[in-house]
Amino acid sequence: MLEIKNLHASVGGKEILKGIDLKVNAGEVHALMGPNGSGKTTLAYVLAGRVNYEVTEGEVLYDGKDLLAMKPEDRAREGVFMAFQYPVEIPGVGNAYFLKAGLNAIRKHRGLPELDAMEFLSLIQSKMNLLGLDESYMKRGLNEGFSGGEKKRNEIFQMAVLEPRLAILDETDSGLDIDALRVVANGINSMRSKDRAMLVVTHYQRLLQYVVPDFVHVLSGGRIAKSGGKELAEELERTGYAAFEEPATSAAPVGP
Amino acid sequence: MVSKSTLERQMAAQEYKHGFVADIEEETAPRGLNEDIIRLISRKKQEPDWLLEWRLRSYRHWLTMTEPKWANIHYGPINYQDIIYYAAPKPKKPVERLEDIDPEIRALYDKLGIPLVEQELLAGVAVDAVLDSVSVATTFKERLEDLGILFSSFSEAVQNHPDLVRKWLGSVVPYNDNFFAALNSAVFSDGSFAYIPKGVRCPMELSTYFRINAQDTGQFERTLIVADEGAYVSYNEGCTAPVRSTHQLHAAVVELVALDNAEVKYSTIQNWYPGDKDGKGGIYNFVTKRGKCLGVNSKISWTQVETGSAITWKYPSCILQGDNSVGEFYSVAVVNNYQQADTGTKMHHIGKNTRSTIVSKGISAGHGQNTYRGMVKILRGATGARNYSQCDSLLIGSKCGAHTFPDIQVMEPTAQMEHEATTSKIGDDQLFYCQQRGITPEDATNMIVNGFCKKVFLNLPMEFAVEAQKLITVSLNLEGTVG
Repeated sequence: MLEIKNLHASVGGKEILKGIDLKVNAGEVHALMGPNGSGKTTLAYVLAGRVNYEVTEGEVLYDGKDLLAMKPEDRAREGVFMAFQYPVEIPGVGNAYFLKAGLNAIRKHRGLPELDAMEFLSLIQSKMNLLGLDESYMKRGLNEGFSGGEKKRNEIFQMAVLEPRLAILDETDSGLDIDALRVVANGINSMRSKDRAMLVVTHYQRLLQYVVPDFVHVLSGGRIAKSGGKELAEELERTGYAAFEEPATSAAPVGP
Repeated sequence: MVSKSTLERQMAAQEYKHGFVADIEEETAPRGLNEDIIRLISRKKQEPDWLLEWRLRSYRHWLTMTEPKWANIHYGPINYQDIIYYAAPKPKKPVERLEDIDPEIRALYDKLGIPLVEQELLAGVAVDAVLDSVSVATTFKERLEDLGILFSSFSEAVQNHPDLVRKWLGSVVPYNDNFFAALNSAVFSDGSFAYIPKGVRCPMELSTYFRINAQDTGQFERTLIVADEGAYVSYNEGCTAPVRSTHQLHAAVVELVALDNAEVKYSTIQNWYPGDKDGKGGIYNFVTKRGKCLGVNSKISWTQVETGSAITWKYPSCILQGDNSVGEFYSVAVVNNYQQADTGTKMHHIGKNTRSTIVSKGISAGHGQNTYRGMVKILRGATGARNYSQCDSLLIGSKCGAHTFPDIQVMEPTAQMEHEATTSKIGDDQLFYCQQRGITPEDATNMIVNGFCKKVFLNLPMEFAVEAQKLITVSLNLEGTVG
């Protein structure tokens, strides 16, 4: 489904991604781990199409199509979803209103009829329950005054409603207490399916205790330094990232 | 990927949708202003002597005044001798029925989407349409008259209810109040008049559509609304003007009076021609609007959506004289291209337990400059007075500006004041977040702007709110699918 080939990307003239190769098939959950500054979030932004994240080399194929040539909204409409580490607030724009606008833009793109308010409400009801969100959330401004945990739950709720084919979850576990982590993990797990791929970006292993990945990759210095199964995450939990910290001088990369 | 500069370019490409010129035969006075012109206006309108005297007194006072320069607006000198102060469409025959109105005028109103016909009955809106200086037609007058409600053009009111006009004219905005009010008092051509008698709740929205048509014509309308004890009225005013390459002056005066337990709600959508994308042409809008809560428990509420005009200078205010009276000001002001707005309100707390609310939302795009100027004055003796002020600015792009000049004077120790102000920018992160959910940057901007204005829109009558939302989309050129 997703094929990243020799991807190089810069932000503000500084090269952050230095040749990423990664293949993600439908039905798989890949965890992307690594120390701070290794390029995890940059990769997520490049895939989602954020402005000022400049691809200097390489390509990304999504269902065989050139993902990097698409506008961000078209990537979303084609089924790429990103759960943000720091979701923005938009005061005065209701959560439900916003989500309905997004869902209908995606449905329209796919040739499906747009949902009216009633149809939309019945669609989101069960998903709200899943994430433990009550009706008052829907009327509040988008992420307006939400706690960190509420914002993260809202991201996963949006994913559940938009039903993407490729979900990129950027540090979804950060800032969550253990109860909220379980709720969020439960939401993510409910979305696992043979048609859907997930790229779970995380610094810590604890989310992966709940969302068990099929593959784990360690990103270091803008490259994938090591790949393995779920046991790699456990190993990292014991040993830390010390082995993967980028040396000051250019040493030969470990792996992939 | 749509960069911000693309968005700015799209907004600069806005087009003014009401920019057509109707070919109606006009009867105009020669350019310039002197006592003879004022006598001519008064004579044309067959006014009583006291009104002519009032006009002349205003004019003589105006001659002693100078144009105010304290506002945060910049424009070339206005040549008051180059303006035509009276223009009336020549009726082919006296207008008695709606069907008799000049078809050109009818077609013009149709373009503006103001139906002067039977649909009005269904819509429940009474429209007093003002074309240049003469009121063309007044609908529903009779139905309103059954309730004792007087709603007519100002000129008709002078003829039919001179005592009422004489009693209240200038009682809220005196002729010598300020430069532009004095000018208006001298030369005002027409406008609307409404009187709601004791205990009557006006059953429909009263509405006036003003329109400047003749070239180089200043429009100086004057509106007077009096709500007697226990009365209620909601009044809507909408304004558009055709595209002209030269600037046109608009200096209106609106006076509202609320007696004991009365309520007046005044809503404006101002969409005068804003000038082109290079700042050429556009209306100079210098307006004095003030309401007096004269009676106990009275309430005056201003809601304005200002999207037009090259220059807006306007401070709808409330004098809270009656005990427990309430003043409100809800405003959205949008500037794009080279528009400048200096707008806000004054709340004068005089009576006990008077309350006021100010919610101002300024949106700046292009090279637009938007200034909020507000004064809250709580006099000694206004025990228990309260004010809440919120003024927020939203910036779109990097070449526009937002300015805030709040002036708070509290002389009463038991008074309570709350003031909140924010300035925000539509950020790349907000647009990207929306795009990541499938929403285009244009739709996202539209959505963010409407969210920003929501608190004000909620105070508009339903159809007006829909129109306001559309107008802002057009003003910022953000037409898309999300609405």
